[in-house]
Amino acid sequence: MEENKEAYWQENLRLIFICLAIWFVVSFGLGLLLVEPLNEFRLGGYKLGFWFAQQGSIYSFLGLIFWYGAKMNKLDKKYHAES
Amino acid sequence: MEELKLYTYIAVFGTFALYFAIAWWARAGSTSDFYVAGGGITPLQNGMAIGADWMSAASFISMAGMIAFMGYGGSVFLMGWTGGYVLLAMLLAPYMRKHGKFTVPEFIFDRYYSKTARIVAVVCLIIASLTYIIGQMKGVGVAFSRFLEVDYGLGLGIGMFVVWVYAVLGGMKGITYTQIAQYVVMIFAYTIPAVFISLQLTGNPIPQLGLGSTLADGSGVYLLDKLDMVVTDLGFKEYTTANLGGGLNMFAYTMSLMIGTAGLPHVIMRFFTVPSVQAARQSAGYALVFIGLLYTVAPAVGAMARLNLMNTIEPTAGQNLEYAERPQWFKDWEQTGLLKYEDKNGDGKIQYTADKATNEMIKVDRDIMVLANPAIANLPNWVIALVAAGGLAAALSTAAGLLLAISSSISHDLMKGVLTPDLSEKNELLAGRVVMTIAILISGYLGLNPPGFAAGTVALAFGLAASSIFPALMMGIFSKKMSGKAAVTGMIAGIGVTMLYVFQHKGIMFIPGTSFLGDMGKDWFFGISPNAFGSVGALVNFAVAFAMLKVTGPAPAHIQEMVENMRVPGTVSAAHDH
Repeated sequence: MEENKEAYWQENLRLIFICLAIWFVVSFGLGLLLVEPLNEFRLGGYKLGFWFAQQGSIYSFLGLIFWYGAKMNKLDKKYHAES
Repeated sequence: MEELKLYTYIAVFGTFALYFAIAWWARAGSTSDFYVAGGGITPLQNGMAIGADWMSAASFISMAGMIAFMGYGGSVFLMGWTGGYVLLAMLLAPYMRKHGKFTVPEFIFDRYYSKTARIVAVVCLIIASLTYIIGQMKGVGVAFSRFLEVDYGLGLGIGMFVVWVYAVLGGMKGITYTQIAQYVVMIFAYTIPAVFISLQLTGNPIPQLGLGSTLADGSGVYLLDKLDMVVTDLGFKEYTTANLGGGLNMFAYTMSLMIGTAGLPHVIMRFFTVPSVQAARQSAGYALVFIGLLYTVAPAVGAMARLNLMNTIEPTAGQNLEYAERPQWFKDWEQTGLLKYEDKNGDGKIQYTADKATNEMIKVDRDIMVLANPAIANLPNWVIALVAAGGLAAALSTAAGLLLAISSSISHDLMKGVLTPDLSEKNELLAGRVVMTIAILISGYLGLNPPGFAAGTVALAFGLAASSIFPALMMGIFSKKMSGKAAVTGMIAGIGVTMLYVFQHKGIMFIPGTSFLGDMGKDWFFGISPNAFGSVGALVNFAVAFAMLKVTGPAPAHIQEMVENMRVPGTVSAAHDH
């Protein structure tokens, strides 16, 4: 019982770590720190770094939250932990 | 009556009637209805309500204008005010929902077994929420006075009355259902003008794509390239690369807004209204869908409005607009004082440049960019009327959420929790309603007589949420050993550092002349602006709390067990694969 709780929590932590790494890269990484080199590339009329800062980061956040939710629902099933 | 005014009256009072009808239908009968809408809101409904709750008069009216004038620098608001939802969905909302209480200070009390912690949380919550409400009340007053030519004070009074009816009667339940309606009004009011303008300028009806398209004038030039060219010709910074106070400042600013968003109690509270942990995670996703819809359109609105403004004043390079031939919207906004022109060189034409000595547009308020946008683009009158109703929906929905956060922290945390624990449920409900009425009166007064420091207070609201509430909640869940005394010391250290920094650069309680260090970039710690300092405060909070933990020793066993239970949605049994 206790070990199961701990195992569930460790799997959750691993998922959170992956998600927050992506969260950091798409916003602080591609939108702020690497904006200048990325602006050399283009997405239509958008400079790529500018696009990440004003559009791409938000779309990525959305994808992340839903992906995390779906993975956690599976984890809840695996451990019979639905509330 | 002229057509525009008639449409505006219909839009504004039609939506008010709708809010009243919903409030009557969804009135609250118990404290659970009043604080958490009986816990029976679906994730989709909750996502929409969070969207309305979160998107304030500032998001609706001011944000696109800030982006219009800041260009790339405005990205801090776009990323900051959306990225916080990732943190909410993964670090706070599911576990706090599992714990299953009514308010944020109550969660802090349970976790840190300390009345001091609860009171610190209540004080932070009230300061953060009240400063936020002032902005909403001003938004209501401005919308009424500009669109319906009603006196500012009377407009404010009407707004207060509308909120009072549905918030006091319905509590969280009434607020949730009216917020859903308000979200719908707001999003139509925001996107319809944007679609029209995007079509006009680029031929693409989707603003997010229009912003990256070529202009429809047959030149084949990309809209953003054209904008960069127009603004740099006049000496302004290039739109797509203009920085906001340097890289480190933008980094700290974005981080402060993200963790501040995740720590604002009126947003967190909304996650207590859904029936399960899974629903809490899902609500965060839906919330960001609804928020993202407005936030990805906003940069298009900003850039297109800036281009339209520039094109109106200087249709072709060197051919400036005659002041006598200025369009009607120009005259309308001159009357409000938000737009000011001074013919410095006496040629009767309008010069708009970055050079202060020759610039003749001596005031262009950023709020105009959304409010006057439909008129600048010659859109039909019903679109302008819709913008008025949308601005009011944005302000009222946020005000209601904040009022509920304030009233529940007083009636539930301060009265029931600390001062008069034997309060019956019926009396607690009554107290909640009385406190909310008083809070409406106070915020109305502050909206009517905005204190001189009102402009600086948004920094304070986000600074407090980022430096005190977010770290306390996160440590409470992720560090089961964290002790009450260590957490309280951390909170106080975080608030202290942030307030000290804001006050030393902006004045003590924002009183002019009392700042003992200058409010200029060169005086700032590593160039970080006071608005961006919440993230530094949060770091101090974490550091002090973990250092103090070594002194106080870990939290008692029953608290650690409570945290372990918070981390799992139900009772966990042996893992097996389906």
